Amino acid sequence: MLPFVFEWHWDLGHVVFHGGLWYALSILGIGMTYVSVKTYFDVKRGGH
Amino acid sequence: MKEEHKEGVQGHEGGAHGHGEKYKFGMVIDLDKCTGCGSCMVACMTENNVPYKKNETNKLDSITWMRVFKATNGKPYPDTDICYFPRPCMHCEGEHGHAPCVSVCPATATDYNYETGIVSQIYTRCFGCRYCMAACPYHARYFNWWDPVWPDDTKESLSPDVSPRMRGVVEKCSFCFHRFQGARDKAYAEGRREITENEYQTACTQACPAGAIVFGDLNNPEHKVHELKQSPHAFRLLERLGTNPKVYYHSTRSWVRRAGDNYLTNERSK
Amino acid sequence: MDSALIPKGLKRCPFPQFALWIGAWSFIMLWAAIAAVIAWAYGLNTTNLNDYFGFGAWITADLAIIALGAGAFFTGFMRYVLGIDEFKNILNYAVIIGFICYSSALAILALDIGQPLRGWFIFWHANVHSMLTEVAFCISCYFTVLAIEYIPIILENRQLDKVPTLHAFSHNLHHIMAVFAATGAFLSFFHQGSLGGVAGVLFGRPFAFRVHASIWPTTFFLFIFSAIACGPCFTILVTRLTEAITRKKLVARNVILKLATVSGWLLVGYLSVKMLDTLYWAAVTLPKMGVNFFDMYPQAPFNLWILIAELGICGAIPAAILITKKTRENEFLLILAAILNCTGICINRYVMTVQALALPVMPFDKFYNYVPNWIEWITSLAPFAFMAILLSLSYRYLPIFPQEKELNP
Repeated sequence: MLPFVFEWHWDLGHVVFHGGLWYALSILGIGMTYVSVKTYFDVKRGGH
Repeated sequence: MKEEHKEGVQGHEGGAHGHGEKYKFGMVIDLDKCTGCGSCMVACMTENNVPYKKNETNKLDSITWMRVFKATNGKPYPDTDICYFPRPCMHCEGEHGHAPCVSVCPATATDYNYETGIVSQIYTRCFGCRYCMAACPYHARYFNWWDPVWPDDTKESLSPDVSPRMRGVVEKCSFCFHRFQGARDKAYAEGRREITENEYQTACTQACPAGAIVFGDLNNPEHKVHELKQSPHAFRLLERLGTNPKVYYHSTRSWVRRAGDNYLTNERSK
Repeated sequence: MDSALIPKGLKRCPFPQFALWIGAWSFIMLWAAIAAVIAWAYGLNTTNLNDYFGFGAWITADLAIIALGAGAFFTGFMRYVLGIDEFKNILNYAVIIGFICYSSALAILALDIGQPLRGWFIFWHANVHSMLTEVAFCISCYFTVLAIEYIPIILENRQLDKVPTLHAFSHNLHHIMAVFAATGAFLSFFHQGSLGGVAGVLFGRPFAFRVHASIWPTTFFLFIFSAIACGPCFTILVTRLTEAITRKKLVARNVILKLATVSGWLLVGYLSVKMLDTLYWAAVTLPKMGVNFFDMYPQAPFNLWILIAELGICGAIPAAILITKKTRENEFLLILAAILNCTGICINRYVMTVQALALPVMPFDKFYNYVPNWIEWITSLAPFAFMAILLSLSYRYLPIFPQEKELNP
């Protein structure tokens, strides 16, 4: 999972796998953060 | 286990990812000598603290790191012939350590050691998904369906060198790896860098009354297994699958050699 | 009694009747919960699994349920990525069905592992070369996506929608849902595929092993293909069943028929490549391993009939019904085809799990049979009870069918 686990070694498999994983997780994270922040400002502005 | 290797007596030409091998431990089992007595199974269980159930009639969920299978030539009397196949873990090398079980384990709980060729099992990391068992065509992997319980009076005879396993994890033959560790420690204490053939032998090898099992370093020309595995009568189980096992069998009977692998109906065996 | 929660302008059954219905299904859930507690407390010796059948009913149920739940991501994919607008009328329901399937699969996995408390090791000590690791990451990520997709549906509840923050949150979530749906499709494609990979990489098991394209065995692609071919049919089945129980029209017929057509053509495509794959496996892969094709189908229930049932009776027949306009429009045949399609995929998942393990590989090994016990049965079937409960709750309190008002004037 993380590079400090003792048997960790960088190879193509790790790069592809973690690339895909963190790509997906980033989209989900950024998306939810965007929605939460926008909601906060929308409510503050008294919109909707 | 790996960490210990890092500080081992051996040099580092067999580094974990260099795929060069310092040792390649393996076995040659002479099936013409095996009588099917089961001493190897008993010795293995005792040596490795293998748990047993109160009622052992159901063999489908009892643990036998070393198991003796029986094969027959299928012919009627008087031509009938039988053969016993002692089956430890084959410590498959696959292609470059790509053993069937090692590559599938999701939690890296089983590992191919490039320094010894031994496939290890990390009990405290295994979470019991049993994917490795599905992957192993030899049924060499066993699951702890129960908590290990030893009757009070037998607890004293448990081996302190082998950790007992908890319920819910997979275990299998380790080629008595603790004996290798012991032999290496002894050599280190005596200022030697190499261990001898006799210093590291598995429990089943020593227990076999017929001397059918020979254990050693397959790479080392001075070890008996090195020569025995080259016999024209030597073969490995299910070699065609590409598992590349380190346990060799030997028999002068052709039907026994054929029973060691799958063949198409009219195909000639090896 | 709960009328304040029921969407405006929609008719629902009286509360006591609803409570009785939920109660009946809860009884099954309770039964399954007892079974789960027994399995966790006393270990997996309480099941009929053994060293020859390390995988059994649970893994089969898991694979089958995930395939059936594929309607969620594929409908989302068609609606948001391909832009087929009609599917918005069934998308909410497909998402909830997917959510139920995925949560059930996770629950079953938690039962199936020997050390459930160590389940997180699969992430912490991940072996990225294992298909099961890919499965674990995809299932958890995609489950998160399904939860995100489910949230705005829940927030549409009449009372929740009155809360300004929740209303704005739901609105904003809707706004970027296409991004989540696309990510979900990506994750789910990989998830279905890696489930196929789980079987296909087992080079020690001739029945399961398939030739590889790059790092993936053909089963990787076949599982994706079969899942998107049957998922929509499962969505149709559940929708039709809901309509029968509620005695209402909930989704317009043209939407159902369009989904059925898509499913039918995908099934045709899947069956064609599956046939090719089977032929290659029988003619090239197996002989290389020294195994005759017919040795793979030695005795009941694993004789040739199971192959015929999977690809013929539950494959070619529903495919023919679904792609033919006349038969597809016949209600009875449509439902029959959907049932057969779903059954076919369940058979496929069953053989790739249980048959693959049942066939001895060492010539002197024996053939053993495996029948799940009650603990495995009830926990494998509990997802249906869970589905009944969650779908009923969602149907009662959330406006999940955009066409309901218009279809039931």
